[in-house]
Order: sequence, then C-alpha cells, then structure tokens
Amino acid sequence: MTSLTKDPSQEVELAPLLEVRSLRKAYGDRVVLDDVSLTVAPGDVVCLIGSSGSGKSTLLRCLDLLETVDDGQILFEGDDITDPRVDAKRVRRRMGMVFQAYNLFPHLTVLENCVLAPRRAHGLRSKAARERALELLERFGLAEHAHKHPDRLSGGQQQRAAVVRALCTEPTLLMLDEITAALDPELVGEVLDIVRDLAARGTTMVMATHEMAFARDVATTVCFLEGGRILEQAPPDVMFTDPAHPRTRAFLRRVLG
Amino acid sequence: MSDTIWTPSDVELARRAVRRRQRTVSLVIATVMTALVLGLLGLVLVLSPGWERFSETFLSWGDARASFAAIRDGIWLNIRLFLLCELAILPLALLIAIGRGTRSPWLAPLRVVAVVYTDVVRGIPTILLVVMLGFGVPALQLQGLTNDRIFWAGVALVISYSAYVAEVFRAGIDSVHPSQVASAQALGLGHVRTLRHVVVPQAVRRIVPPLLNDFVSLQKDTALVSAVGVFDAVFAARDYTNYNFNYTPYLVVAGFFVLMTVPLARLTDWLQARVVARERAGAR
Repeated sequence: MTSLTKDPSQEVELAPLLEVRSLRKAYGDRVVLDDVSLTVAPGDVVCLIGSSGSGKSTLLRCLDLLETVDDGQILFEGDDITDPRVDAKRVRRRMGMVFQAYNLFPHLTVLENCVLAPRRAHGLRSKAARERALELLERFGLAEHAHKHPDRLSGGQQQRAAVVRALCTEPTLLMLDEITAALDPELVGEVLDIVRDLAARGTTMVMATHEMAFARDVATTVCFLEGGRILEQAPPDVMFTDPAHPRTRAFLRRVLG
Repeated sequence: MSDTIWTPSDVELARRAVRRRQRTVSLVIATVMTALVLGLLGLVLVLSPGWERFSETFLSWGDARASFAAIRDGIWLNIRLFLLCELAILPLALLIAIGRGTRSPWLAPLRVVAVVYTDVVRGIPTILLVVMLGFGVPALQLQGLTNDRIFWAGVALVISYSAYVAEVFRAGIDSVHPSQVASAQALGLGHVRTLRHVVVPQAVRRIVPPLLNDFVSLQKDTALVSAVGVFDAVFAARDYTNYNFNYTPYLVVAGFFVLMTVPLARLTDWLQARVVARERAGAR
C-alpha cells in the first residue's frame, strides 16, 4: 500500500504512470485543450502554469474523467482510460483530486468526509478507515478538528482537510486544481507546506498553480499552457531562468513582476 | 501542433463507434424490458378470473361514449376552479410564509396567525373543509354573501392549499443562504426589498418541483367539490353510473385528469431545465 512513494535510491527509468497523447477538448466551437501531450512518471510533480482560461483546470478534469475528451488518449497505469468501456468509477478510485473551492461535504464532519470514500467506494472497514483518516489528520495538524463540520474551519484548514480526504483513498496520482487560489495569503503557506511534504515523500502529483516560487521549489516538470496548448515543458530551473518560448517569458515577467 | 482544421483521429473514431454501439445496446435493452414488463402486467390482467366481468363494467366503449359529453362539460368546471383557486393560493401562501418569517415585534400577531393557520388548516381533511364551507356558509344566511356552493367549495380549496403551499414557500425562503440576505442588506436594501428582489426569486426557483406537486394535487382535489353536489366531472360520472350500473365513466374522468396534469408537468420540467442551463452554466 505504499504506492504513493518511490524509493529514491532506485534511479532506473520507470514506466510512466500517466501518459497523455494529443488530447483535445472543445466546448462547441471553443477549443479548450488542443493537442496536449504529457508524460508523468511515478514520483513526478508536474506543475501546470499559465493564465486563467489557458486550460489547466480542464486538463485536470479530463484526467479525472470528469469531462469526456474529444480526441487523443489518456493512459493511466498502462490502461487507456478514455475508452468508453472503461468504468470511470474504478479509474477515479486510483486517483485523488483536490478542488480550488475545497468541495468538502458540509453535512459531514471532517472525519466523516475523510472516511466516506474509503468505506463506501473502497470497501474498507469502518475501524480501519477511521484509523487511517485520523492518522493523516494528525500528521497534517487537523486532529483537533476531526469532529467539526467544515464550515467551522478556516479556509486553510478546510483545504488541508480536503487534501487529507483525497489522500485517505491512497491514490497513485494526486491532482490539485489551484488549491490555494481561494485562500487568504496568510493561509496559503500552511496548505503549500503539506503539498511540499507530500512531494518530499514521493507522491506523484499533477497540479495547476499560480504559486511560481512554490512550483520552482517542488516541481520536477513545469508546463506552461496557453490557449489550450502546452507551449513549453521543462524542469523548473530551466523554465524559470531560461524559458525557450517568448510567450513563456512574457507570462513569467508578468507574474514574477 | 498545427492550425489546420481538426479531423478526428482513428482513436476518436473508434471511440465514437463504441459509444454508438453502447447506445444501441441500451436502447434495445430498454425497449425489450419495457415491452416485457408491460406485456406481463397486461397478461396478468387479461388472465385474471374476473376479467370478462371487469371489462364489461369498467371498459365499456358504449358507456364511455354515452357519458363523455357530460364529463367533458363537468371537467371544464374543474379546470376553471383549479385555475382561479391557484391564482388566489399563490399570493396568499406567499403572504403567510413571509408573515411567519417577520421579525418585527409589531407584527407578532401576524406570526401567531400564520403559525396557527398552517397548523390547523393542514390538520383538517380537505373534504371536511369543502363540506363545512359549501353547506355551512349558505346555511348562515348572511346578508351580502353569495350562497353559491361552487364559490364556497373553491374558498375551501384555497384555504386548504394555501396552508400547504405556504410551507413550501417557507422551506424555499429558508433555503436561501443567509449570505444572500447579508449582501442585499449591505447594498442598503430594506427587509421587504430584500425579500422581493433577492430571496423570493431564488426561493421560487428552488421550490418549483414541490409547488408543482401541490398544483397537481389541487387539480385532482377539485373533484372534492362533488361532495357538495356541484356538477363537476366526478359528479357527472357518478350520476351516470348510478343510472346505468356501469363504472366506465370513472375511467373517462381519470383520463381527463391525467390529460390535465401531463402538460403542467412538462411545462415545469422545461422551466426548470431553462433555469439550470442559464444559472449553472455547465457547472458540475
């Protein structure tokens, strides 16, 4: 059950966990994703950057099968998950998703939010699910809030709880959709800290983010999206010091000031 | 990465073929299952021991035709009654719901009346209200009041249903998040304007389905006026059966009532779909 982590000593080339091939998504005439290709190996932390409307969120939603794609393929753990015969539920059980607006269930306590999927979708026993959830809540400093309803918590606490909820199912791939965008600046740190912690433990993640310093810190690959395309894809030290594409340079100049 | 016009790849074309096949299979399964279930039910009906007797007394074409004209004339009364009552019920119910939600100490009596009204009226079977008002008020022989039993039966329906609909309105009003009220107040709107322009419009959208439920129920309950001897569709059917010992007219009335409710249900579905499309803009 330690699929989340990879042994750092093991430096052999691993089979990709996720492979996106020429993905296309359009809403009517509006093309939101155009020929997007991306490979994610186990342990990778891929940061998607780009202005709003560039297709970052749509890409994540396509990966989680929340949207049907119009062309191209997504291979996850070797299976083509865009095949209509694939059971989306089973695929999503191996993935975790955290949304910008937390999307915690307001009628359940934090703990109940966390044990819902392990119990009802993964068939874990109540006791095991609670133990795992409490352990994770403890690790991320939320133990004292386990029995509160989400609306009683601060935004940062809610988002941390949402991350824990996604981790409780032990996903092999964790997707984060601008999870700090709705937070006060002073609360951003506590959420990014736990993502940093996850990255250090080798969690495979794909995240859309506006936090450039953070992306530079944790990413193994940074993708710059514009107009639904990945214009540039590079390790962070290259992307943030010597971007190849003029559009990337223009974007980074704008956001880094 | 080219700017040429996109043509679906072979993978996508194969996927579309699979989806088409899946749709065809679903359609076949749905059709076969529906035919099977309806066929079985029909078989049970036709093979039941009393089927012949039943079809004579309930499914007689001749009796259906003979009673049709009287029932059609009667249903017209039900339709008018329904439309007029509904027009009275909606504002009355809204007033009661808003009255219940007032906070001003001056309006305390209104609150009490609203609570007692909904509690008491909902506790009384509608048919009793119809009988009490339909026979009772004319018996009082009050000056200046009509003795028309149709009128008083209609008033009974309005009283009964406005209590139900008021509760539906109240649930809708309560379901609007307090932050909406706060932002309306922050814009300087008073209590009444907040209700009128912010809370009630949102509430109404949410309560369309339960509201329709009460409308349909009212459509059928207009049949209760037959209890005070008003010549509506049900009364016409009963009249016919009493003379001819054949129950087919009841089936004809049922058919009329179904015809009345179906368009209303479709209309509400359409309205609801329009609101969803406009306000949620594809949010999932």
